[in-house]
Amino acid sequence: MIVKGEAVIFGDDVNTDVIIPGRYLTTLDPEELARHAMEGLDPEFPSKARRGVIIVAGKNFGCGSSREQAPIALKYAGVRCVLAESFARIFYRNAINIGLPVLECPGILREVSPGDNLTVNLAEGKVRNDTKGITLEALKLPDFLLSIIRDGGLIEHLKRRLGTA
Amino acid sequence: MNISEKILAAASGRDEVAPGEVVDAKVDVAMINEITGPLAIEAFREIGVERVWDKDRIVMVLDHQVPADSVKSAILHKVMREFAEEQGILLYDVGLGGVCHQVMLEKGHARPGELVVGADSHTCTYGALGAFATGIGSTEMAAVFATGRIWLRVPHTVLIRVTGRFQRFVTPKDLILLIVGEVGADGAIYKALEFTGPTIEGMSIGGRMTLCNMAVEMGAKTGIINPDKAAVAYVQSRTDKPFALLRSDPDADYEKTMEVSSLEPQVACPHSVDNVKPVSEVEGTPVDQAFIGSCTNGRIEDLAVAASILKGRRVRKGVRLLVTPASQEVYLESLKLGLLEIFVKAGAYVCNPTCGACFGGHMGLLAPGETCISSSNRNFVGRMGSPEAMIYLASPATVAASAVVGEITDPRRLMAEGRP
Repeated sequence: MIVKGEAVIFGDDVNTDVIIPGRYLTTLDPEELARHAMEGLDPEFPSKARRGVIIVAGKNFGCGSSREQAPIALKYAGVRCVLAESFARIFYRNAINIGLPVLECPGILREVSPGDNLTVNLAEGKVRNDTKGITLEALKLPDFLLSIIRDGGLIEHLKRRLGTA
Repeated sequence: MNISEKILAAASGRDEVAPGEVVDAKVDVAMINEITGPLAIEAFREIGVERVWDKDRIVMVLDHQVPADSVKSAILHKVMREFAEEQGILLYDVGLGGVCHQVMLEKGHARPGELVVGADSHTCTYGALGAFATGIGSTEMAAVFATGRIWLRVPHTVLIRVTGRFQRFVTPKDLILLIVGEVGADGAIYKALEFTGPTIEGMSIGGRMTLCNMAVEMGAKTGIINPDKAAVAYVQSRTDKPFALLRSDPDADYEKTMEVSSLEPQVACPHSVDNVKPVSEVEGTPVDQAFIGSCTNGRIEDLAVAASILKGRRVRKGVRLLVTPASQEVYLESLKLGLLEIFVKAGAYVCNPTCGACFGGHMGLLAPGETCISSSNRNFVGRMGSPEAMIYLASPATVAASAVVGEITDPRRLMAEGRP
C-alpha cells in the first residue's frame, strides 16, 4: 500500500475542534464537512488539499473530542495520509476505522518542508521524502490494523468477517 | 494488577493482562449521543446486521443541541428516536436526561468493574465509580453494536497521589487543572490515570467525576479511582444491577507516581487546556461571558458553590453569566434548594440541561474578540464560537466570582473582602 502526496505542515496538539468545529457537526454529508476542514487553523486548507496532500504534524495530532467527523472531513478534503510525531488515541482509531491511513513517525517535522513530495509505504512503515531524497522510519502498523486499512475501513472489514458483504 | 488491568482481564476472559498487550474485550455498556450516534447508526446499517448485540447494554442520550436549535439538529434527533424505537434501546429524550455523562452516572448505567465505551471523549468520567470507561468513534461504536466487542491495548498506568485539604472556594476542578498543566496535553496518551490518596478518599463523588472527566485532556485513555464505600453507596442508590468490585492490588505496578498537595485556584489560559496558571497571574483580565455547566462542572455542588458567591450580588453590567445544570435531576435539585432563584436574581441566564455553550453548537456562542471564563473542559480555538474568541477554564467558584467583578477574580479574595 503506497500513498503519495505533497506535504502540508501543522504543529503540535492539533485538536478536533480546529479540524472541524462543533457547529458544523449537524451535517452527515462528508463533502460539506470537508468544506470546513481545518477551518480553525487555515481557512484556505480545503482548496490546498483538493489536489491530494499528506498532512505532516507534531505531537498529539487529533486531540480533544471523539468526533469521527474530524478524520472524515480531512479524508474528503483530499488528505491521503497523516504523518505525525504522535496521535491522540481516539483520532488514531477513528482514522483507521474510516480508512484514512495514519502513521506515527518520530522526527518527521524536522525532515519535511511544506510542499515536499512524499511517498509512504504503509505496509513497511517507511516514508520517503522524494524532494529531499531521504527515507524515514515510521512505527509500523500491526497487521490487524493494516488489514482494516486494506479493506477500506472497519465497516468493510467487518462485513467480510461477518459474511454480510 | 491495578484496577484497569483487572477490568480489562475480566472483560477479555483472561486471568492476567500486562500493559502493551492488545485484548479483544467484551463491552458491558455502550453509549451514544446525537452528535456521534447518527453516524454510528448509519455505519451499523451498512454492516448489514439487523439487531444490536444487546439492546439492554446500550444507552442513547440527546444532549449536545437540545432542544433542537435547527432543522438539521432536529433530523439528527429523529434518527436517534427511530433507531431507539426500532431496536428497543433506552433513549433519554429532551426533558428526560441531560448531559450524557451525568445521566450515565446518576441513572446507574455505569458501575464499578465494568468496561464502558461511549461515543464521546469525556466517557472517561465514569472512572469516578471504578469503571474502565473510554471514548470511541462512531464507526467503532457501530462495530460494538454489531459484535459487543472491541480491541483495546492495555494501557500503562500513571498513579497520581493527592494529599492535603482544599481551602474554601478551591475545588477538584482546580486540582485537575493543576494536574493537566503538569502532565501536559499529550503527557498521558494511551495511558490510564489512577487517582489516589487521602484527598481523593475524602472527595465527593461529583468531585471525582470532575477529575476523571478531564483525564482525556492529557490524552489519557481513562481516568479511574478505586471504588470505596462512598462510590458503592452512590451506585447502590441508583441501580439494583449487581457489579463486581475490582480494586488495585497493593503491589500493583505503575509507570510512575506523581504527588500533588497544596493548591490555589487555577485557570487554563487560551488556547490549550495545559496552559495553566494560578489565578493570581491572570486576575484582572476582563470577561464578556461566564459559563457554569458541562459534564465537567454542571453538578449540584458546582451550582451550590457558585450560588454561595452570587447570593446577594449581581453579575457585572456588560457580562453574561450562563448557568446550565448538567441534568434534569440537577435542575430539579437546584430548584428545590433555591439556587435557581439566586442565579436569576443575580442576573444570570439559566439554560436547560444541555452541552450548550461548552460544545459551541448553540446557546451562548462567542463573537470575535470576546473573552469567556468557563467551568467546562476545553479552550481550543473556536470551541465556543468564533476562532477569534478567548476562553479561560476555571472552577465554578472562580467563574461566579469573575462574573460578579467583570474580570477574572480569585473567589477567595472576593469573599474575604465581602464586596457586593
